Amino acid sequence: MHIIVLVKQVPDTSEVKINRETNTLIRDGVPSIINPYDRYAIEEALRLREKHGGKVTAVTMGPPQAAEALKEAVSLGADDVVLLSDRAFAGADTWATSYALSQGIRKIGDFDLVIAGKQAIDGDTAQVGPETADMLGIPFVAYIRKIERVEGKKMVAERLMDEGYDVVETSLPALITVVKEINEPRVPSLKGKMKAKSLKVTAWTAADIGSDENKIGLRGSPTQVVRIFPPTPRGQREILSGNVEEQVASLAKKLKEQSLI
Amino acid sequence: MDYLLTEEQIMIRDLARQIAVEKIVPVRAELDEQNKFPRDIMKAIAQADLYALFIPEEYGGLGKKSLELCITVEELSKACVGVATTYASSALGTYPILLYGSEEQKKKFLPDVATGKSLVAFGLTEANAGSDASGIQTTAKLEGNEYVLNGTKQWITNGGEAELYTIIAITDKSKGPRGASAFIVEKGTPGFTFGKKENKMGIRASSTTELIFNDCRIPKENLISKQGMGFIIAMKTLDSSRTGVGAMGVGVAQGAIDEAISFAKNRVQFGQPITSFQAIQHMFADMQTQTEAARSLVYSVARYIDSGAKDFSRASAMAKLFGTDVSMKVTTDAVQIMGGSGYMKEYPVEKMMRDAKILQIFEGANQIQRNVIALDMIREATRAK
Repeated sequence: MHIIVLVKQVPDTSEVKINRETNTLIRDGVPSIINPYDRYAIEEALRLREKHGGKVTAVTMGPPQAAEALKEAVSLGADDVVLLSDRAFAGADTWATSYALSQGIRKIGDFDLVIAGKQAIDGDTAQVGPETADMLGIPFVAYIRKIERVEGKKMVAERLMDEGYDVVETSLPALITVVKEINEPRVPSLKGKMKAKSLKVTAWTAADIGSDENKIGLRGSPTQVVRIFPPTPRGQREILSGNVEEQVASLAKKLKEQSLI
Repeated sequence: MDYLLTEEQIMIRDLARQIAVEKIVPVRAELDEQNKFPRDIMKAIAQADLYALFIPEEYGGLGKKSLELCITVEELSKACVGVATTYASSALGTYPILLYGSEEQKKKFLPDVATGKSLVAFGLTEANAGSDASGIQTTAKLEGNEYVLNGTKQWITNGGEAELYTIIAITDKSKGPRGASAFIVEKGTPGFTFGKKENKMGIRASSTTELIFNDCRIPKENLISKQGMGFIIAMKTLDSSRTGVGAMGVGVAQGAIDEAISFAKNRVQFGQPITSFQAIQHMFADMQTQTEAARSLVYSVARYIDSGAKDFSRASAMAKLFGTDVSMKVTTDAVQIMGGSGYMKEYPVEKMMRDAKILQIFEGANQIQRNVIALDMIREATRAK
């Protein structure tokens, strides 16, 4: 089984602060990590390989330093990596990113399954998975919480829903996105870390994957980020206690105090 | 402090730290409370190749030495000494094979230790043989191609959980200490069973049981080295592993300091954080200084052993003695700084204090360590004359 995992390098959002004047993320000095949801995707790929044999290829699009995310995938057990990196990819929205990824995957060739995290913690769009599947012309299933079985060119999996779950059967190859309920990601192995340390990651450029220059980067992006802003902080809140009569009385008193009624 | 670790040693430290933070810290209180063996964590440690660390490369390991093992054990101990003990005891149980095993024994047993498939236990202590190891009563009698083992080992770490047991038993009672031998016993051998799981004060994640041998027959190939070498093998094993117990002390001491300081920064009394009081500051200064001194000693001794030295008995005894005495003092002070909160199970320092106590007791009580150190000093002074 050849499993491709899509990973994204993101700033560790638990460390990110926002510049209140420009309303942009302060990324300086913030460590980069593998998108946490992608760690579940890598883990599931490794488990499928352990069960069915085959290999795992980790793919990312990003600046040269995104190679670090791929190295981390190797330290966890990925066999192969592909870095899509080119100045021409810069400024890509989810559509242009998905195009580049789908072109990269086409160049990789034969595969049985593509796995990605349900979304990235920086953009939170959850669009790259489905768009890439669409461009590859393969089935897409979101929010997988369990892969029940893989039989030949067929896979049965559980899709997490708001209330309960669906059991979904799909033909392969397919692209799935996974939720954190699916597994508990492993820590890297020492042998994997040593392998990753000596790994030279070579990048595939826009030309290498035969991309149409009108479909990549800023030019290939139909959406634009006009403004980034933090949600307005909520004011002070108070939960009133007591029975309904007491709560009403207390609420009325407080509203009067504020001269609101 | 920078201990001039190599890039690879830092990689090992970071990996052990990641396991501690991601896999151990979230469950340590539950393991402690429920006396529960950390099976999932041992699996994660195996998957991370940390069992391979202390196995030579020709047997599927990574061929690392004492310092790497100490660094790993220190990081695990920062989070939970019970888990660290489980891991370190596997190394302890493997030392007799590493140091004295035949090529065949190494080929047969070590690859599974390296992958983590075989957890190992070391069986020396008995009801009447604690600090006085010469009181061993378990016997091994050669009958044809087999040794027949009879007797009971007590307080054996990893008992019931390990696949392999290195056992010290008497093969010739008339020879005293020269009449002991070391054996490898596999779990599942008929006549080999386990007594009750002990209910301990600390390191409750680790399993401690009796090992009961009742006409247990093992192939004579499972004798390590020669008959009569048991006592020497046991002593060399303990000499080699003791530095690791010092490292456990350093780990739990540092873990307690880290907890106490992050608590104290936010604990306000008399209108200010208690870290603004000199009484607290001086306690922290002493705790960190002692811990750093213990770490320096442990690393230095580990490096000395790794340099190929043979005469490291005194050095490893000092590392064990100092590292573990410091851990008892520092964890007790951490509880003191945190006051009532420190005494409660909501915070990890009361567990650290309970865990630290065993470090002064097992793998040679600290009084025995002082004997080892003093006797070696006297021997040296006598030789010098």
